[in-house]
Amino acid sequence: MDSESLLLSLELAAGSGQGLSPERRAALLTSLQLVKRDYRYDRVLFWGRILGIVADYYIAQGLSEDQLAPRKTLYSLNCMEWSLLPPATEEMAAQMAVVKGRFMGDPSHEYEHTEFQKMPAEGEKTFEDDVVVQVKEETRLVSVIDQIDKAVAVIPRGALFKTPFGPVHVNRTFEGLSLSEARKLSSYFHFRDPVGLKNKTLLEKADLDPSLDFLDSLEHDIPKGSWSVQMERGNSLVVLRSLLWPGLTFFHTPRTRNHGYIYVGTGEKNMDLPFML
Amino acid sequence: MEYSSTLEQEKENQQLGEAVQPWQEETAASPQDLGPESSGPWEAEWTPDPGPLPRSSLAQTLESGGRVAEQAASSSPTSPQRPLPALARQDIGAPRQLNGVTRGTLDAGTPLSDPPGESADARVSAPPSQSRQDTTPPTQQPNSSSNPSNPKELRPGSVQEEDWSSRQNRAQSGPRASEAAPSTLEIAVQNAKVYLLRDSSKTGLNLYDHLSNMLTKILDERPENAVDILENISQDVKMAHFSKKLDTLQNENEMLPTYEIAERQKALFLQGHLEGADQEMEDEIAENSLPNIMESTFYFEQAGVGLGTDETYRIFLALKQLTDTHPVQRCRFWGKILGLEVNYLVAEVDLREGEDEEEVEEEDVAEAEERDTGDSEADKDEEGELPKPFYKPPQAIPKEESRTGANKYVYFVCNEPGRPWVKLPSVTPAQIVTARKIKKFFTGQLDAPIISYPPFPGNESNYLRAQIARISAGTHVSPLGFYQFGEEEGEEEEEVDSGRDSCEENPDFEGIQVLDLVESLSNWVHHVQHILPQGRCTWFNPIPRNEEEEEDEEEKGEEPDYIEQEVGPPLLTPISEDLEIQNIPAWTTRLSSSLIPQYATAVLQSNVWPGAYAFSTGNLSSAVQWSWRAKLPGIRVATRATSQNSDVSLHHSP
Repeated sequence: MDSESLLLSLELAAGSGQGLSPERRAALLTSLQLVKRDYRYDRVLFWGRILGIVADYYIAQGLSEDQLAPRKTLYSLNCMEWSLLPPATEEMAAQMAVVKGRFMGDPSHEYEHTEFQKMPAEGEKTFEDDVVVQVKEETRLVSVIDQIDKAVAVIPRGALFKTPFGPVHVNRTFEGLSLSEARKLSSYFHFRDPVGLKNKTLLEKADLDPSLDFLDSLEHDIPKGSWSVQMERGNSLVVLRSLLWPGLTFFHTPRTRNHGYIYVGTGEKNMDLPFML
Repeated sequence: MEYSSTLEQEKENQQLGEAVQPWQEETAASPQDLGPESSGPWEAEWTPDPGPLPRSSLAQTLESGGRVAEQAASSSPTSPQRPLPALARQDIGAPRQLNGVTRGTLDAGTPLSDPPGESADARVSAPPSQSRQDTTPPTQQPNSSSNPSNPKELRPGSVQEEDWSSRQNRAQSGPRASEAAPSTLEIAVQNAKVYLLRDSSKTGLNLYDHLSNMLTKILDERPENAVDILENISQDVKMAHFSKKLDTLQNENEMLPTYEIAERQKALFLQGHLEGADQEMEDEIAENSLPNIMESTFYFEQAGVGLGTDETYRIFLALKQLTDTHPVQRCRFWGKILGLEVNYLVAEVDLREGEDEEEVEEEDVAEAEERDTGDSEADKDEEGELPKPFYKPPQAIPKEESRTGANKYVYFVCNEPGRPWVKLPSVTPAQIVTARKIKKFFTGQLDAPIISYPPFPGNESNYLRAQIARISAGTHVSPLGFYQFGEEEGEEEEEVDSGRDSCEENPDFEGIQVLDLVESLSNWVHHVQHILPQGRCTWFNPIPRNEEEEEDEEEKGEEPDYIEQEVGPPLLTPISEDLEIQNIPAWTTRLSSSLIPQYATAVLQSNVWPGAYAFSTGNLSSAVQWSWRAKLPGIRVATRATSQNSDVSLHHSP
C-alpha cells in the first residue's frame, strides 16, 4: 500500500484481522517519509509484515518512475531503521526450496540443512558426505518476498499504463473500477512482468488495449479458485484474499483511486490449496 | 498557386490534426457579417466554396492544422490519400472514443462527418478570442444555408455537421482570399495550438484532444449547468479512455447491496430507541451480560490485531442485538473466521438455565438415526443368502451434554453485523475426530456440504462448530491464578477419571506483572478442557456394553478386551506444557510496545492456530484476558499428543 495513504489503506485492509499497532503505525508514517527522501524513490510501498517466532519483519518497497522495474526491498524490525535487502536471484530460490517452517525473526539466524552428497564410490556409500548447508534468514526473506510478489501482487486494471517507449507509469486519470468490473477477477492484474501474454491467441489479443492490458490477469491463475473475492460493507469495498499465500489482502474501493495490497502472514505458501478447495 | 503553396505549409503542419475545424467555424461565422469577431487576418482567406471541393479541403484540414489547411482545397486529387495516414497517426495515440468513431466514419469515405464533432469542441480551444457564444449564433445561420448544399454528407440530426458543412463552404472561399504572409498573430495562434497539442509526457494525451472530447461530450449530452460540473465532465472523459467500448448496458442495481447493509446497520444503531427505554436501560445496566468489547479491542489493537474500530463497534451492537433477542446469560465475541465468499462472526454464548429445547430435538434425531441403522441390519438378516457380516460398526460415541465439555457454550454466527444470528448445532465427537483429519476452507454458507476424505459427517455448520470447539480447547488461555477450581469439587479420587471440568473466576486474583507473563509461558494456563482423541472432553467408555459379551468376543478376538482410557492434560495446565510443533514452541509471547514498557500489554500468539491471540495487562485492578480468533480460511497445523502414544502426531487440520 502506498505510504501516502497509509492510514486509510490500513483501515480498509483491516477486515482480515491483522493490522498494525498504533505504535508501529506512527513509526511507519515517519520513517517511510525519511526512506523516500534518502533513497530518492518515486513511491514507497508498505509491503507488509512477516511474522516470526521471536520478532516480526516489516517490509517496505521502493519504486522508481517505471513501475515494473525491479523494486528495492527494505526490511525493519522496529519500523524505524530500515535495511536494504539484496535483489533476489535464482540461486536463492533454489536454496530456499529446502527450508520450511516459520521465520525466526532474527535476520542472522541460519537454517541448517544437511544435504547428502554421494560421492561416486565402488558400490558402497562410503563416501557419503553430509554437507551442512547454511542458509541465512535474510536470504530466505528476500526470496520469499520475491515469490510472493511474483505470485500474488495485484493491481487493478487501468491503474498503470504503458507508454509506447516502454516504461510503465501510474495512471493519474484512473478513477477506480466500476462495481460490475470490480467483482470480476479479470479486472485485476499481477503486478509483475507478464508471463502469459505471448501465449494468448490473436483473437484474445485483438480485444486487448495495448496501453492497459499489458499484464497477466488474475483469472487464469492455477489452481482456479485460489482467490477469494469479497465485497465488504455492502458494495463499497472489494477485498481479494489470496489462498495460495494466506495473508495477502488486496483492497479497492470501487469508483475511487484507493487500492493497495498488504501481506501479513507467516511467509509460508499454502501447499495444501488444491485439497482445501 | 496559392493553394499549392499552402499545400506545402500543410505538409509542414501535419501533426496538427483536426484543429482546422475551429478555424473553419470561426471563419465560417466571420467572413460574412461578423467582422469584429474575426479571429485574425487568416479568416479573410477563407471563403465558402460550395461543391465538391469542400470535401477535399475538409479532408485535408483534418490532417493539417491551422488555417492553412483550407487553402489546400485545390489539391483535391491528393486529398483522399492524406486523411488516411493522418487518421492512422491519430489513432496510434491514446484511444479516443469520439475521435475514433468520427474517424472511423471518415475512413469510410465520408470525410465530412468527422469534423463536425471536433469542430464543436475545438471551437473553444481556439486561442483566438472568439467566444463560444459568439460563434454559436453565427454558425446557426450557415447551418441552414449549407443544408441544401450538402445533404448527403451530413449526419442526421447533428448540429455540428451543419456547422461544419457551412464552415467548409466558407473555408473554400477563405484560402483564395488570403494571400498575406503569416502575420505575428497567426504565428502566435499557431504556437499556442502547438502547445495545446503537445503530448503529456506521463499520459500520452494532449490538452487539445481532451478539450475537444469534452466539448463533444457536452454538446452531445447538453447537461444543465454544464459550467458547474465541468471538472466532473473532464474526469469522466478521462475515465472513458480506459473502459472497453463493448458494454453499453449499465447495471441499475449495483449499489443496492450497499444500501441494504447500510439499512440493516442503521437498524442496529436505532435499536435502543424502543418504548420504555428508561426501564430497559436500568435493566441492562444491572444485568450486564455484554462484555466491554471496546476495551478489549483497544488492548488487541496494541498488539496489532483487530478489525478496525468502526467494524468492531458494529459487532458490539450486533452482539447487543443478540442478547436482546435470545435469552443469553453471558456472551462474548469469540472472533471472526474468514470464508471464501462471506465471513463468519462468531459469538460464544452462555444460555440461561432452562433453554433446552434445542438439545431435546437433537436427541430425538440421534435416536432416530440409531433406529435406522438397526433397521438396515435387520434387512440384511432377512435376505439370508448373503453372508452375514461380522463387522459391527463401532458404537457411536455420544456427544457430550450441553453445558459440559465441548458443548459448554453455545455458538452463534452471523455473516455481517446487522444480519440475524444463527445458532450452531452442538458438536459430536465423531465430527471432532474427522475435523482433525481434514483441512478445508469455509465458503461462508452454513449449509454447504463438506466433501472430503475421510467423509465429514455434517455440513459446513457442523464443521465450523467442530473447528470452533478445537480452537477454543487449544487456545483459550488466561494468566495463572485468574481462574481457580471451585471449592465444591473437592473429591480428588474422581479427578483421574473425569477431570475437573469447570473453573471459576478467582476474586482474589492480583494480576501478574506483564514482564513475567512475557518471559515465562508457565504463567498462562488453559481454562478450557482439552479434547481427547475420542472427541470428547470426558472419557466415554464404550466397554460396559462389551463386558457382558466379553466371553463371546474373546473367541472371535476381534475387539480388544480393554480400551485404554484416554487421559488428557487436566484443566488449568500451564501452556508451557503444550507440545512444540516443528521445533518451535506452541506459543509466542510479545510485549506490545518496547518503547513504553510500563504500559505495555503482554500478547500471546499461538503458533499452532495462527490467528489466535490472548493478551493480558498486569494491572492490579483488572486482569483482562481475551482470546481472539481472527482466522485465515482454514490454515491450521495442530498437534495433539495423547498420553497413549507420546509421539507428536503432526497433521494438518483445517
